[in-house]
Amino acid sequence: QICRECFYIVFEDEIHQTIVDNNLFKAGERVAIGASGGKDSTVLAYVLSELNKRHKYGLDLFLLSIDEGITGYRDDSLETVKRNELQYGLPLKIVSYKDLYDWTMDDIVKAIGLKNNCTFCGVFRRQALDRGAALLKVDKIVTGHNADDIAETVLLNILRGDIARLSRCTFITTGEDGPIPRCKPFKYTYEKEIVMYAYFKKLDYFSTECIYSPNAYRGFAREFIKDLERMRPRAILDIITSGENFRISTTTRMPEQGTCERCGYISSQKLCKACVLLDGLNRGLPKLGIGRTAKVGAGADGSGEQQGKRAERRNRSSLQGKHGNLDF
Amino acid sequence: MHLTLEFGGGLELLLEKSTKVHKVDVQPRDGEDKATMKGLLSWVKSNLVKERPEMFIKDDSVRPGVLVLINDCDWELCGGLDAELEDKDVVVFISTLHGG
Repeated sequence: QICRECFYIVFEDEIHQTIVDNNLFKAGERVAIGASGGKDSTVLAYVLSELNKRHKYGLDLFLLSIDEGITGYRDDSLETVKRNELQYGLPLKIVSYKDLYDWTMDDIVKAIGLKNNCTFCGVFRRQALDRGAALLKVDKIVTGHNADDIAETVLLNILRGDIARLSRCTFITTGEDGPIPRCKPFKYTYEKEIVMYAYFKKLDYFSTECIYSPNAYRGFAREFIKDLERMRPRAILDIITSGENFRISTTTRMPEQGTCERCGYISSQKLCKACVLLDGLNRGLPKLGIGRTAKVGAGADGSGEQQGKRAERRNRSSLQGKHGNLDF
Repeated sequence: MHLTLEFGGGLELLLEKSTKVHKVDVQPRDGEDKATMKGLLSWVKSNLVKERPEMFIKDDSVRPGVLVLINDCDWELCGGLDAELEDKDVVVFISTLHGG
């Protein structure tokens, strides 16, 4: 048991240790904090700002926010980030799906229905963060993914047989060989601690579920993890440890990393997922890029691979619509 | 027994008028001389929660992912469901089940 003040010290110090032990930053780096206005990113902005001063990391910090165009959810949470900009004195940049792709999430859901929403949103947001970071000319992106998130992702990838992702999803820093690396200082921090910290410090954050998320597959992994945590809280960190220690069988075929033919973004296929999805949307083929033909990785049976290649040849023919303002 | 109840992290949306703070008067259940958290939970479910009770309660306890504080102390350190409540206690329920 510890008192409130000691909790603050321990919480902040554990994160500082994670940053130092894993060499997350170098002095002088420009760093964009992926900020949604939610609990994790708000606490991340607050703590990183604080530690940067206290331990003299020498970082130039920015807030980077993505507007997916989800009415009643994102427009509200962006107000929170704008307040954070003032409260923490960190410059804010907002990048929108509308500007980048000419499609808002609301438009997308109208076109594809209520399934696979998170697939589109996640793929687009990942690119949007990189594009926003390029505009800000930063050296690194940090996100507020916490221990619970990472444990969920490990389980999710096991449930889906996604070996490629399973091998990467516990890395604390990713994309070091790409344009802009990103890291997760909260990798070992429990969601519960983050919420407690925010509550006691009275930090301003937005707390509503995305209106499209109830159908997300991740929800099952989350329920399970929460039940596990109740029985044995250590399970969350232990799942991460298991994930860190997975070794992929040498006979497993893994995708090779290259670049997208159209936009130059990092991709294991001829076209990156965002280009495929966007192409599907613009051609009125919402299932393009969703489902078996797009699956890659271990266990992809021969016929699946062939179908995938056929679909790719079709895709490459004529990309319509906006595919982003920046080429990589 | 007069208690102050606070709801956060989106739980307030399950209550009437989405108010975050409720000052309530709760009696111990029949056959018990002290009010416990267990009793309070079923009282809240019956009297305050207007929709989607499964977001707040699961079986006998709070839904996993909901933090409970009694006088700013984690209820897991105070006895959990069996924690006894006293007059003027402040109980806070915070949901963590939303985007970060």
